[in-house]
Amino acid sequence: MKKRFMMLVSSVVAAGTLLAACGEGNNEDTTPVNNDANGGNEITENEENNNNDGNNEATGDGEGFSSKMVTDTGGVDDRSFNESAWAGLQMFGDDYPEAEVEYIQSNDASDYAPNLNRLARDGTDITFAIGFLMEDDIRTVAQQNEDQNFAIVDTVVMEDDETISNIANITFAEHEGSFLVGAVAAMHSETDHVGFIGGVESDLIKKFESGFKAGVKYVDPDMEVTVQYAQDFNDASRGQQIADTMYGNGVDIIYHAAGGTGNGLFTEAIDRARNGENVWAIGVDQDQALTEGEWDEGNVILTSMVKRVDQAVYQVSEDTMNGNFPGGEVLEFGLEDDGVGIAETRDNVSDEAIEAVEEYEAMILNGEIEVPQTDDEYEEFESSL
Amino acid sequence: MGNIFKDKLFGLVVPLIAIGFGFLAGGVIMLLSGNNPIDGYVALMQGVFGEVYYFGETLQRMTPLIFSGLAVAFAFRTGLLNIGVEGQLIVGWFVSVFVGIVIEAPMIIHLPLAILAGALAGALWGFVPGILKAKFQVHEVIVTIMMNYIAMHVVNHFIRNFMLESGQRTAFINDSASLSSDFLTSITDFSRLHWGFLIAVAACFVMWFILWKTKKGFELRSVGYNKHASSYAGMNVNMNIILSMSVSGAFAGIGGAMVGLGTYNYANILPSFTNLGFDGIAVALLGSSTSIGIFLSAFLFGGLKEGANNMQSQAGVAPELVEIIIALIIFFVASSYLIRWIYSRLQSKKEGK
Amino acid sequence: MEYVIEMNNIRKEFPGIVANDNITLQVKQGEIHALLGENGAGKSTLMNVLFGLYQPEKGEIKVRGEKVDVTDPNVASKLGIGMVHQHFMLVQNFSVTENIILGSEPTKRGSIDLRKAAKDVADISDQYGLRVDPTAKIEDISVGMQQRVEILKTLYRGAEILIFDEPTAALTPQEIKELIQIMKNLISEGKSIILITHKLKEIMQVCDRCTVIRRGKGIGTVNVADSTENSLAEMMVGREVSFEVEKTAAIPKDQVLSIKDLIVEDARGIEVVDGLNLDVRAGEIIGVAGVDGNGQTELIEAITGLRQPKGGTIHVSGQDITSYKPRKVTEAGVGHIPQDRHKHGLVLEFTVGENILLQTYYQKPFTKNGVLNYPKMYEKARQLIEEYDVRTPNEKTLARSLSGGNQQKAIIAREVDRSPDLLIAAQPTRGLDVGAIEFIHRKLVEERDKGRAVLLVSLELDEVLNVSDKIAVIYEGKIVALVDAKDTNEKELGLLMAGGKKGVGETK
Repeated sequence: MKKRFMMLVSSVVAAGTLLAACGEGNNEDTTPVNNDANGGNEITENEENNNNDGNNEATGDGEGFSSKMVTDTGGVDDRSFNESAWAGLQMFGDDYPEAEVEYIQSNDASDYAPNLNRLARDGTDITFAIGFLMEDDIRTVAQQNEDQNFAIVDTVVMEDDETISNIANITFAEHEGSFLVGAVAAMHSETDHVGFIGGVESDLIKKFESGFKAGVKYVDPDMEVTVQYAQDFNDASRGQQIADTMYGNGVDIIYHAAGGTGNGLFTEAIDRARNGENVWAIGVDQDQALTEGEWDEGNVILTSMVKRVDQAVYQVSEDTMNGNFPGGEVLEFGLEDDGVGIAETRDNVSDEAIEAVEEYEAMILNGEIEVPQTDDEYEEFESSL
Repeated sequence: MGNIFKDKLFGLVVPLIAIGFGFLAGGVIMLLSGNNPIDGYVALMQGVFGEVYYFGETLQRMTPLIFSGLAVAFAFRTGLLNIGVEGQLIVGWFVSVFVGIVIEAPMIIHLPLAILAGALAGALWGFVPGILKAKFQVHEVIVTIMMNYIAMHVVNHFIRNFMLESGQRTAFINDSASLSSDFLTSITDFSRLHWGFLIAVAACFVMWFILWKTKKGFELRSVGYNKHASSYAGMNVNMNIILSMSVSGAFAGIGGAMVGLGTYNYANILPSFTNLGFDGIAVALLGSSTSIGIFLSAFLFGGLKEGANNMQSQAGVAPELVEIIIALIIFFVASSYLIRWIYSRLQSKKEGK
Repeated sequence: MEYVIEMNNIRKEFPGIVANDNITLQVKQGEIHALLGENGAGKSTLMNVLFGLYQPEKGEIKVRGEKVDVTDPNVASKLGIGMVHQHFMLVQNFSVTENIILGSEPTKRGSIDLRKAAKDVADISDQYGLRVDPTAKIEDISVGMQQRVEILKTLYRGAEILIFDEPTAALTPQEIKELIQIMKNLISEGKSIILITHKLKEIMQVCDRCTVIRRGKGIGTVNVADSTENSLAEMMVGREVSFEVEKTAAIPKDQVLSIKDLIVEDARGIEVVDGLNLDVRAGEIIGVAGVDGNGQTELIEAITGLRQPKGGTIHVSGQDITSYKPRKVTEAGVGHIPQDRHKHGLVLEFTVGENILLQTYYQKPFTKNGVLNYPKMYEKARQLIEEYDVRTPNEKTLARSLSGGNQQKAIIAREVDRSPDLLIAAQPTRGLDVGAIEFIHRKLVEERDKGRAVLLVSLELDEVLNVSDKIAVIYEGKIVALVDAKDTNEKELGLLMAGGKKGVGETK
């Protein structure tokens, strides 16, 4: 499966800047900016360094290659993208047994920069920053360690409207995946009322929200969707409280994009299922039904919207090892690359819904449906229905 | 009398023994969890002193801790428990960054203005519990805890709705308000060490001077030790309570400004507390609320946190373990009674012979 | 003669100090034995040695003739030694019974048998005439009653020898009378008592023999019946002491303090000072006599600005200070020796020097531009320490480590040195020993002679009678009588204090 990945260089970013197909181009663009200071040197160094990438090329078993990651404060057992990313690295380590894979856990936000620096100083061939919270730190560290390769998950690191040549930006088309689970939710809802719980309001989580709402409305424009943000990614009790209110107001299916806060949703759903209520939850990032939602008579998780962070990390590691470090590129893993999608656990999903999902997937891929990513795009989408 | 000297010595010995016990217990836990404690502690030391980068980062980390420690200690000297340093630091951070972004002025005006704005914001956040305590006898611990939440959510609200730039943060501050130092960065091999460290050192001196050399400090300490006698001697106890909380908040606010103007150059939406303020309680406790003690214990805490990351990458020790060691040190400091007891036991045994 | 306790040639050193130097104390079975000495003479140290809290460097302890090694208080307890501490060690929100059994709870199948305990406590209480309600909560009972609970505690644990540490310090005259009766009951039931005190009157009243120590040394043991207050005092202080305050007749001059129709509420909002009128003139000492709780505290707080009066006026030297804050009152010329040294008079964690400057630290030359001049402060402090004979190693010693008498001297130095027109002394000698009392009384008279107005508020009738020129009796917030100290006596004052009318005599 991992081999099937295609790189997709997205040009949607950065206000019309042409990223061309290769990251190196950026150096020239940034040259004037650096010129005043000690620019001249830097550029030559830079060029050399980027050329050096080739020298890191490892043999087939990964000997001499190291791929490491810095977690955000969630740690590698967050049952979410840190865990997924680490799974990807481990998979990589299994396939290339001589390659060195490792992670450092960050206890708080002030650890990000030193941890990234630490790995860079150790001469790590590619250092992953897991999570958009590290955006600023990785920018600084990458600029200070220009001969090192970095990658960040879930965001695009920019400097003066340019990407940075030694950072690969890994993003996902979360809106596409969310569209699919939105469609599933719409088809399963008996009350014609579904809900969405977001973590902290941001452009990223908006993609989940917009895609989900679009999916729901696409199936049935009369469906009601309630949206609430917990303003916290790690507050399960807040999540439970929101879920309680939503279910209490007639919502019967809730999708969350709220990290640890979402665990409260599952708790509430299980409580209500035990009381005989017919409620569902939809997981996010990973196939959450594997770890959450279980109760004595089944699982309250209808399905999950998965982001294959593991595949992305694996792919970028492998490419880097092979001398194709996608520095400065914006990689968007979408439906096309199986970078996002609906989870493999779908026992609770009706055949009818699965069929519909497959149909919509095809429509998204061929451009028939353009899934909105922002509030504005969503409004446009909704009025076009 | 030899007692004074003995007390002073004790003030030094107890924290040292506490630290010793903390490390010892940490070593035992490492052994039990299958790690080599020597490797672990070597990695810890290397994570602080091994490279100038790490050392610079340690100094950078201890900068806000010094301020939060001073803030806690200052209030404590006046008999108040300021648990709200966290919130005061958060508003100080935000407001200083706000001033750093929206105002354009030459550095000589802009930077002091931004720091001052942070100090005022923190002072305001300390003033509220101070006045509630003075006028209505509302316990400052309860109010300050509440104020922490208010600070975090209000600041998050402002950033989210008015100042969000990319992801979770505001724009960068103007260079004229930045404490970042190319010089300090270059001598520490790209660490985030900034001029704020020197401000923190100066702040230690300022607190010492205020408390021990000024009229106000005399009153604050007097009120802290004995409110009744102070009011009998004509001091305005309520005024001193308000003043103490405000100054304490100002220290915390400057601590926040150090983070905002020095370390990050922006403010971001906080998913949870920074813990810098709460760690300040431990720093002040370990430093026995003295300037020099706070400086040293801030270094210890900063070093532990910095070195912790190296412990996991170099020695494979779980980062939680370092948190446990810190907790154990605090435990042993807090139970200095126990250490005193053991000490006096040993002493009386010696005397008995 | 059989001794129940023998402490022979006890020596106990602390770093830099010999607290007990070759002291011998022998207590007979069934006697009340006084241990007399000034504050800091070493009484408490000696008793702590007996109670096992300290180990002596030299000397031996015998209990009922047998040499023992009292290594800790549990051993003392087993030997039948019980201590009634000066500062009660009671849990405020526990009942009497719970406090008594604390540490030796009788259990029935693992749970505390409170009913049995309460019955035991009641039995012991009856036996010695203690009249304690076993179910009452400590916070609800009087100080005297709390002390009886402490006594019960030792008896409950089977004490045969009871040590009383300054038991009367916190008691009212009535409670003292009751305590003396209780001690006598204990003796008649076969117990022995060691009474630590510096109050000569009590020794004369209840004790059989008396051992005197002075500055850590044993001075000797005498039969009380063969001694007088003066002879005991001389042994204790080491020189002759006079109990009469020597003073000439007062020559009152201008009016200094003038209080008109003063009304003051206490913390609960009750008008405890209720239309009080009082004048004090320069060159006289007015003593305020009254039973505790008749508005004395609130009166002083109103004058000194600590409590805002509800009505009436207060003038000092013609200045209306009714609504002044404490600092302004001080500056208007009022000195105040507060009744509670530790709580109101001193910041114990401050140095002696800082305490001496506690009223003047903000003035020049001690503060300039908001910055303290410590050398100047300590210079002033040294001068006053010398002048007022405050016994302290130096001005930088913590106030906490001084004896009560020297702490009080430091306060007096502070208040008197400012040459206030009006000096208020509230209970200035409470808990002090003979030497210190003498010093303070002399100082008050000296100040009077210098032309100050002195207002002395005291619960001790002896003191009021001895020191004052005129006595104002306070009853329910009013001055009910103003009498010349020479023309009255304890009996008359006692009646007036209880609300009787002057001259009407025994009608009440």
